[in-house]
Amino acid sequence: MSKIEEFVDVVVVGAGHAGCEAALACARLGMKTVMFTVSVDSIALMPCNPNIGGSSKGHLVREVDALGGEMGKNIDKTFIQSKMLNKSKGPAVHSLRAQADKSDYSRSMRLVLERTENLQIKQMEVAELIIEDKILKAVRTISGAVYHCKAAILCTGTYLKARCIYGDVSMYTGPNGLQAANHLTDSLVENGVKMYRFKTGTPARIAKKSIDFSKMEEQKGDETIVPFSFTTDPASVQKEQVSCWLTYTNEKTHEIIRENLDRSPLFSGMIEGTGPRYCPSIEDKVVRFSDKSRHQVFIEPEGIHTDEMYIDGMSSSLPEDVQIRMYRSVPGLENAQIVRNAYAIEYDCIDARQLKPSLEFKEISGLFSAGQFNGSSGYEEAAAQGLIAGINAAGKIKGRAPLILDRSEAYIGVLIDDLVTKENLEPYRMMTSRAEYRLLLRQDNADLRLTKKGYEIGLIDDYRYQKLLRKEKEIEQEIARVKKTYIGTREEIQRFLEAHGSIGLKSSATLAELIRRPELTYNDLAGIDPQRPALSKEVTDQVNILIKYDGYLERQMKQVEQFRKLERKNIPEEIDYDEVPSLRIEARQKLKQYRPSSIGQASRIAGVSPADISVLLVYLEKERQRKKHE
Amino acid sequence: MENDTIAAISTAVADSGISIIRISGEQATFVIDRIYRPRDGKKKISGQPSHTIHYGFIQDGDEVIDEVLVSLMRAPRSYTAEDVVEIHCHGGIYATRRVLDAVIKNGARPAEPGEFTKRAFLNGRIDLSRAEAVIDIINAKNEFALKSSVNQLKGAVHEKIKMLRETILGQLAFIEASLDDPEHISLDGYSDSLKKETEQLTDQIRRMIDSADDGRILKEGIQTVILGKPNVGKSSLLNALLREERAIVTEIAGTTRDVLEETLSMNGIMLNLIDTAGIRNTEDIVEKIGVEKAKEKAEQADLVIYVVDSSTELDENDREIMRVLSSKKVIVLLNKSDLSQVTTNEMVREFIGDSSPVLTVSAKENTGLDALEKQIREMFYSGEISFNDEVYITNARQKAALTEAKNSLEKVLASIENHMPEDFYSIDLMDAYASLGRIIGESVGEDLINEIFANFCMGK
Repeated sequence: MSKIEEFVDVVVVGAGHAGCEAALACARLGMKTVMFTVSVDSIALMPCNPNIGGSSKGHLVREVDALGGEMGKNIDKTFIQSKMLNKSKGPAVHSLRAQADKSDYSRSMRLVLERTENLQIKQMEVAELIIEDKILKAVRTISGAVYHCKAAILCTGTYLKARCIYGDVSMYTGPNGLQAANHLTDSLVENGVKMYRFKTGTPARIAKKSIDFSKMEEQKGDETIVPFSFTTDPASVQKEQVSCWLTYTNEKTHEIIRENLDRSPLFSGMIEGTGPRYCPSIEDKVVRFSDKSRHQVFIEPEGIHTDEMYIDGMSSSLPEDVQIRMYRSVPGLENAQIVRNAYAIEYDCIDARQLKPSLEFKEISGLFSAGQFNGSSGYEEAAAQGLIAGINAAGKIKGRAPLILDRSEAYIGVLIDDLVTKENLEPYRMMTSRAEYRLLLRQDNADLRLTKKGYEIGLIDDYRYQKLLRKEKEIEQEIARVKKTYIGTREEIQRFLEAHGSIGLKSSATLAELIRRPELTYNDLAGIDPQRPALSKEVTDQVNILIKYDGYLERQMKQVEQFRKLERKNIPEEIDYDEVPSLRIEARQKLKQYRPSSIGQASRIAGVSPADISVLLVYLEKERQRKKHE
Repeated sequence: MENDTIAAISTAVADSGISIIRISGEQATFVIDRIYRPRDGKKKISGQPSHTIHYGFIQDGDEVIDEVLVSLMRAPRSYTAEDVVEIHCHGGIYATRRVLDAVIKNGARPAEPGEFTKRAFLNGRIDLSRAEAVIDIINAKNEFALKSSVNQLKGAVHEKIKMLRETILGQLAFIEASLDDPEHISLDGYSDSLKKETEQLTDQIRRMIDSADDGRILKEGIQTVILGKPNVGKSSLLNALLREERAIVTEIAGTTRDVLEETLSMNGIMLNLIDTAGIRNTEDIVEKIGVEKAKEKAEQADLVIYVVDSSTELDENDREIMRVLSSKKVIVLLNKSDLSQVTTNEMVREFIGDSSPVLTVSAKENTGLDALEKQIREMFYSGEISFNDEVYITNARQKAALTEAKNSLEKVLASIENHMPEDFYSIDLMDAYASLGRIIGESVGEDLINEIFANFCMGK
């Protein structure tokens, strides 16, 4: 019996948001890449919420874009509404979110993949990993074909041994009724990989014509739209937008839910997976926050080619009949026709502490993984990991050092460090509070932070790089100028300040000093700044932020310096923790188990105390001196 | 952290006439220049050659704290291979502590346990063969400091700090939840309420800093535990010693459920008195926790005062108490001498042996207490009991942490005053939360994320 045998550089398993970025990165970096999916029609599928971005997730998309990823460009092409969240707060927490046309998003991404050189798409389930001496050699498909490869990236999303559940209905399918992948888990377990079982859920989709919007509040998009990608011309995305709608649950809704809790598979024990705390099902909310008399429900369009509406805020796994009654108790949904039922989905994923910060398995050379498979949740988290895994798989083959972003460089760094260092007992979602240096990790400066790296890796072209250098220089020069431009105390200046609600000057001040006043901005001062050069909004925004908040930014930069000192102290891979005297037992166990790559990472492992870190530092220094003597 | 300037009292505080405060790091000479006034006028320490000694005064503002000798050893020819300044103080414990305070106020940070030695090693001053000893020192000192710094904290202070932290965490979680989910949680008008809350917090912390020097934060002096079965009169004894009605005294066995602590100065000797629940075999859970606590306290005590009701017979439980006391400095009190005596001096000696003093008192009638005070004084001056002087550096560390927390909260207030956006508040709130955590030995970890999820209904 003859079977197909092929030789490629990289195999990507899965074509969701992680798989797409991983495959594109590899192919663009010159790797012969094959991407497997159980269904070509489900490439870049958005099986849950119809939007990209949001608080801190918007940052991830910006960072993916700054490094040369695709998600930002794709949502710019396919969005139907856009909003900058937290606009009244500080620049660090401004966050972009766009409603997508789901089918356009998927189709558009598919076309990009199809037209990328070196990239082959294959509809086929991967069933087995072929690993010899802890080195990944090939993958075998369910049809028996063998693809020899130098690296593989697992981006299986929620498909591994997936099971969808509502009420007493349980189906062994992936999201949206798609075929699950039932074989790969066994192969992973055989190779010593530790698996978790996680759970998440999605609300019902309801037919638009059955909804009474007059009972809801309209939620419009921003008047001026900001694109996600640094390469998208803002003028090109100013278009007509579609509205979302806001309504609320009520006591009646909650009563229906409470009366039927015993029929929920979550409470009956039929669901064993661990669900996320941040996106609880409506029955969870009603139980855990019983003092709240109502919860918000957002009605969001799934696209412009369909009238299906997504019911944000009411994910559920209650039985079908309860779902109908529950949704219909909400104002405006009295006659709701459900197109697709809400359901919970369980799937296999890994304990990501088995990965290095490069997203390669510590124990299996050449095997990488990204996305929900790593225990995260969300399209943006998946894309970010997919991009990094792709870059590092290609880098490994080329013999380059891996791209590891630290917690002070990017939200992506925080995301991956958390995943590979901390114990995650639920699907991990990015949150702005997880980023300790967030003043520096703004969505507005993602390009200034990361595009140079993208260029060095080879995912950013020369044109974009030169543009970035120019921007950098303009910002620097303009900051220098406003810092040394004194404006005097002329009558005209005093009147100008008064008109802007600011107190007059006793002695002359620089423009920079005025920008620091809470009531003034860089733009406000144009009238008393005749020497001002013509600069793009991108540049003046940076000048304003960097001057206005410079005290805070400097403080955070100092903290970052301290942080990086420990981060740069690498722990040799061959370290034998049994040889380190005086480590406490718990610390020794944790260090042996998770083998952190730096002192900084070690210090973030639960159970490793500052004293253990001191001990470790002294030991490493001792080893260094001993080697020097030899 | 690696190169900042650290300070600590590097001699045992209790039993020497001279104590030395060591400062190490790049800023060491800068710090000393700010508080040292040379006797002959102008010469600053920073302008002096290495390995020289200078005579002068340490001042806090205009006030002279102590007359001192200051020695200077410049990098790399010093113990840590950094600039090291040592201040030789002559004015006793109180002055030494004030000098340390001044050093910390002017730019040094209290050293971590074993930190001088760690620096010496990392800077190549200690040779390889001693590396493991260094690790052991760091470890031993850490274990000790970890235990002692939390143990030395008074129970009420511990509770207070926990409360302050909870308040801060609640505020933080609210801000962060709204930043993560702005469409569900609004911050409108929040800065006014945060301002009020932060002012109160700052005020409370300021008061704690002020009280740090009066021994109201840490248990200073001789750790003295009052032990005994229920209803033998431990609380009455504590009250008699303090001469005020603090502890609850009733006829029902086992009413002192919580451990009570009071600091008492007895002719210059500081006693930190701890009144515990009675020791007996009990099925009552609440009581059991008290018993566990009492045993634990006895283990940590410098001196145990064991109270027996002389009007009743010794029983089974006394043997358990003896076991706890076997290796301890103990004074046995035969209380209730106002009633007819059933248990005698000789009967007690059978268990406790001949070396420990046994005294007859009546807490109710206030008799025999002078003899008890005399006994404690004798034991202290003969060196039979001593106390842990680490408490002073712990105190400095706790105070520094409190001050940091206060400074962070003041920055929050400044941000509110300047109409900064709300996300700026959380940076300093988080710093305050972390500083307070160091005092009670708790880190930040996932506290914030957990608090957000516990209290706010987030997401789709």
